[in-house]
Amino acid sequence: MTAAVRANRWLDAAAWRNLFRDRPLIPLTGLLLLLVITIQIADPGIVTLPWWGVIMRASVPLAILAGCQTLTMLTGGIDLSVATVASMAGFVTATFVNSPGGWVQGMAVALAAAALAGLVTGIGVGVFRVHPLIMTLAMSFVVLGFSNVWQLQMVQTGAGVPSQLRWVGSNLLLDVIPYSFLVFVPLTLLILLGLRRTGYGRLLFAIGDNPIAARLSGVRSPQILIVLYVISAVLAAIAGLIISGFTNTASVSLADTYLLPSVAAAVIGGTSIMGGRGGFAGTIVGALILTVLTALLTVLGLPEPTRQIVFGSIIVVVAAAYTRVTGES
Amino acid sequence: MTAASVVARRRALDAVAPWARRNGWTLGLVGFLGLLLVYTKLIQPSYDSSGIQGLAIGVLPLALAAVAQAVVVMSGGIDLSIGSMMAFTSVVCATMMKGQSQEFAVVVVLGVLVLGIVLGAVNGALVVLTKVPDIVVTLAMSFVWAGCALLVRAAPGGAAAEWLRNLVLGSFISEWIPKSAIVLIVIVAVIWIPVSRSRMGLSIYAIGSNRLAAFRSGIPVGRTKLFAYALTGLYAALAGLSLTASTGIGTPVPGPYTLMSVAAVVLGGVSLAGGRGGLFGPIVAVVVLQVIRTDMTFLSIDSNYAYVAQGLILVGVLMVGSFALMRRSRA
Repeated sequence: MTAAVRANRWLDAAAWRNLFRDRPLIPLTGLLLLLVITIQIADPGIVTLPWWGVIMRASVPLAILAGCQTLTMLTGGIDLSVATVASMAGFVTATFVNSPGGWVQGMAVALAAAALAGLVTGIGVGVFRVHPLIMTLAMSFVVLGFSNVWQLQMVQTGAGVPSQLRWVGSNLLLDVIPYSFLVFVPLTLLILLGLRRTGYGRLLFAIGDNPIAARLSGVRSPQILIVLYVISAVLAAIAGLIISGFTNTASVSLADTYLLPSVAAAVIGGTSIMGGRGGFAGTIVGALILTVLTALLTVLGLPEPTRQIVFGSIIVVVAAAYTRVTGES
Repeated sequence: MTAASVVARRRALDAVAPWARRNGWTLGLVGFLGLLLVYTKLIQPSYDSSGIQGLAIGVLPLALAAVAQAVVVMSGGIDLSIGSMMAFTSVVCATMMKGQSQEFAVVVVLGVLVLGIVLGAVNGALVVLTKVPDIVVTLAMSFVWAGCALLVRAAPGGAAAEWLRNLVLGSFISEWIPKSAIVLIVIVAVIWIPVSRSRMGLSIYAIGSNRLAAFRSGIPVGRTKLFAYALTGLYAALAGLSLTASTGIGTPVPGPYTLMSVAAVVLGGVSLAGGRGGLFGPIVAVVVLQVIRTDMTFLSIDSNYAYVAQGLILVGVLMVGSFALMRRSRA
């Protein structure tokens, strides 16, 4: 009899569904492994420790930017200004290389500028209740404009990515562990613990789940949101520094291609764009999935157009599977 | 003054006042546009009919993109694949027209419009069937349509039929009335007026303002949503055609139209929450943004500040708008 019960449990769709809903990391990791196995079959011997190092190095900036989306999406928002803020940070830092203050001063200026942009966004979203989508979009226009102006001002001084950033962004320890983990691991711990263990993190979930209930229970949404968008902008700036080190370029449109994938990574990672559900751990796996997927499509030798089509289709399929499994409409 | 005339005048006022209140935002925009044009004439006395013509041709693609976005936003959705659909339809059009006769070009245009409806319907069907949030589906589909555009041609090229180019270039009757403005008005009116007067148009607003209530009143929510997306696809195809018509070629890389269309829709008084707004407001908003750009060129302000200005105007208008809304709801 016990055997029969056990067999039933394995076949019980509801139990599986609950598992997937409560522990989204399990199916996500499964999908990631499936992709890795496929790439290994497509090109035997490609999956080695250095290969993982390269994948992780490429995933780090995407995961941080997707972290911005995760945090804002938890409150029912979104941050479309991450790409321009990230590019701005990398670019501004690069223009300070030849100045007396050096790149450290540049980094300080970049982070301060990002925080200021986040503050304005936060005030717009939190105090004036402007839709986050449109507020962050407008902020991305403003930041892009100012970056362009800064570029014209700085055209004589010349710019270069500081070697320290290049080291952090592109070098691997023992060919496996990217040095960007020096930044990424503390950030990850901070976000994970911040979301799970602090009151602030819980309030983010509360605002996203039911803003009215949150307000009636005395949550000061404006303050929470202002801090949130400052955090998001600073995270985006850090990601931008890593991207400019990784690619060894500094331009005002450097991170533009990361914008849509960052939203996609957060969505694939199980964060609901409606707010109230999700987490950063899933997002990291989501970023890894997207990076491995891109690598797989390259290994398969598909031309760029087909790659884009497959990429988009897979995002739809995964998101649809998610919605089906979790039963959320 | 007799009592009768006072009553008559009050009646007229009573009829106009609600209309003005309902369309207050758009009226304000039109007024602002008028002021801007006067200001343009003041700072650049040589700004005349040719300037107006350039303006009308310049705004055509974005205005149609904004109309496309407005339809789907009113139904409570959002379409982040408009730019990619425009690129796809534009390259299909330019590629098929290359080296073909003028008559064949008519078939191409009709085919491209059908293609637009199909693209939009695919977006809508995916949103309805998968129940994934609109923004995620259309974001992913923007990759797919952009990929399709690159499949059709890897580099900008192709050609546009002579009559298609002449449709948007030049003026009509008076040199103050650019053809592209007429084209825009006709396209929007011919498609949108019958739709908005029909049951389907009302249903689009209904599912936008309250999905559940619409469903319980017997409105086929899924079918209406599909229709709204298909209509968005049609307008995106028209926007793509206008790109080919005004440039003479097809470019496979999506321009900044997706995000700009969202901005224009919001500036045009369409609520991102759905169920409110019209198509006229977004068009006026696109023209306003373009005139501001032109003015900054005349004032020889660094063109990069135009981006800053665009963003600040967007932020400022929205902050004032939502502030006014908050005060009204409190009062």
